[in-house]
Amino acid sequence: MFSNLRTIWVMFLHAFAKRVTVQYPDEKRKLPSRWRGRIVLTKDPDGEERCVACNLCSVACPVGCISLQAAEDEHGRRYPDYFRINFSRCIFCGYCEEACPTYAIQLVPDYEMGEWRRKDMVYEKEDLLVNGQGKYPGYNFYRVSGLSIKGKGKGEAENERPSVDPRELVP
Amino acid sequence: MSPALSVVLCIVLLVILMIVGGLLTWVERRLLGLWQDRYGPNRAGPFGVFQIFADILKLLTKEDWIPEFADKPVFVLAPAIMLVAVVAPFAVIVFAPGILITDLNIGLLFFLAMSSMTVYGVALAGWASNNKYALIGGIRAVAQMISYEVFMGLSLMGVVIIAGTFSLGEIVERQQSVWYFAYQPVGLIIFLIAGLAETRRLPFDLPEADSEIVAGFHTEYSGMKFAVFFLSEYVGMTLISALIVVLFFGGWMGPFLPPILWFVVKTAVLIAFFILVRAALPRYRYDQLMELGWKGLLPLTLLNLLATGAVVLAIGK
Repeated sequence: MFSNLRTIWVMFLHAFAKRVTVQYPDEKRKLPSRWRGRIVLTKDPDGEERCVACNLCSVACPVGCISLQAAEDEHGRRYPDYFRINFSRCIFCGYCEEACPTYAIQLVPDYEMGEWRRKDMVYEKEDLLVNGQGKYPGYNFYRVSGLSIKGKGKGEAENERPSVDPRELVP
Repeated sequence: MSPALSVVLCIVLLVILMIVGGLLTWVERRLLGLWQDRYGPNRAGPFGVFQIFADILKLLTKEDWIPEFADKPVFVLAPAIMLVAVVAPFAVIVFAPGILITDLNIGLLFFLAMSSMTVYGVALAGWASNNKYALIGGIRAVAQMISYEVFMGLSLMGVVIIAGTFSLGEIVERQQSVWYFAYQPVGLIIFLIAGLAETRRLPFDLPEADSEIVAGFHTEYSGMKFAVFFLSEYVGMTLISALIVVLFFGGWMGPFLPPILWFVVKTAVLIAFFILVRAALPRYRYDQLMELGWKGLLPLTLLNLLATGAVVLAIGK
């Protein structure tokens, strides 16, 4: 009986407590920079697409929402002919970002992607491609990797930088 | 009072009750939000008041469905019985001097009789739905009413002994000097608890018990019939609050403000208390409810009645 009365009193005092609700459309929470939201395709410092159409993201995707077709330009550099993410299926797990060997595909802190029609949730390459370098500025896949040959180690050739210890790049 | 004025007052009262019932759906959610550190509906209109209209619109556009397996006439009748049984007692409530529909000399008994009728609404709704959860809810309602009806009436008899009348108007008049909650604190507490059980509010909402038996007796109801059940719950809450004000808190009495305003303020505070209790306390278990009723409150009520009678006899009032 006493505990009931006390509960009522404590509950009454909560009238003066701060409310925890975040009034979403009016006030938005600050998202951490590594928030897994909308997926983008980044470019390297030279302004070229980083994606080499290796299909690893597509393979890693647990819901199979990434679809792409590889193509080669005149220099033999691979790029995706089309790159399509169906965001009505995407679960924002970030496995594609982890699988990507070139840091091309990245998840950014943006989640306001609501659409009226399901069809509009499918993002094509031009929707995904951004003009920036994303979370890894200055990184160029073609300049930090390569094969060591006789008399010339990895990253010692012209236009190459010494290779990076992959353990340092782990997010 | 002339019959014409009486009819006008009846209609005005009905309209006010409907508005209050609708308003309380919003007030309750806002207050629960306040006490649970959240907001509740606050987006439609100022402070979210227009949520009421949104709800009414939603309920009106819902399919008004009667299950094939239901007992149709009773199914339709049950919500109506509920609403009538909670609206009718307002006929004897005295809002302010002169503002009343009728001052029956057995007003209190009329209230008790009508409030017992609500159980028919609940039980018939549960029975007519022909649904096991609805039936369980109906049975619970009946058991709860039988247990709590007994000392609900008896807890008020202390007031009747002191006032020496069943007429609500006269009871208020007698509280000119001292409000009766001072004479009858035990009676007040017991009537509060019984009132909670009577209106099927938490912590005694066993007939509904959303988390156990879907929605209890109104599981099968939809659209406006469902709304009528809700409306009668809120009107019932208003009724109990108004009655407590009349019996224990001096009705319209109070300084400075006009009498009717005092009545409204007191009733509103009590309604807020009902909502606070809902926000604070969890639901009682079925056997706990019965135990509290029969073993705890009934003997206490009888003792209170005995003591009141003895004191009144000794003083020779």
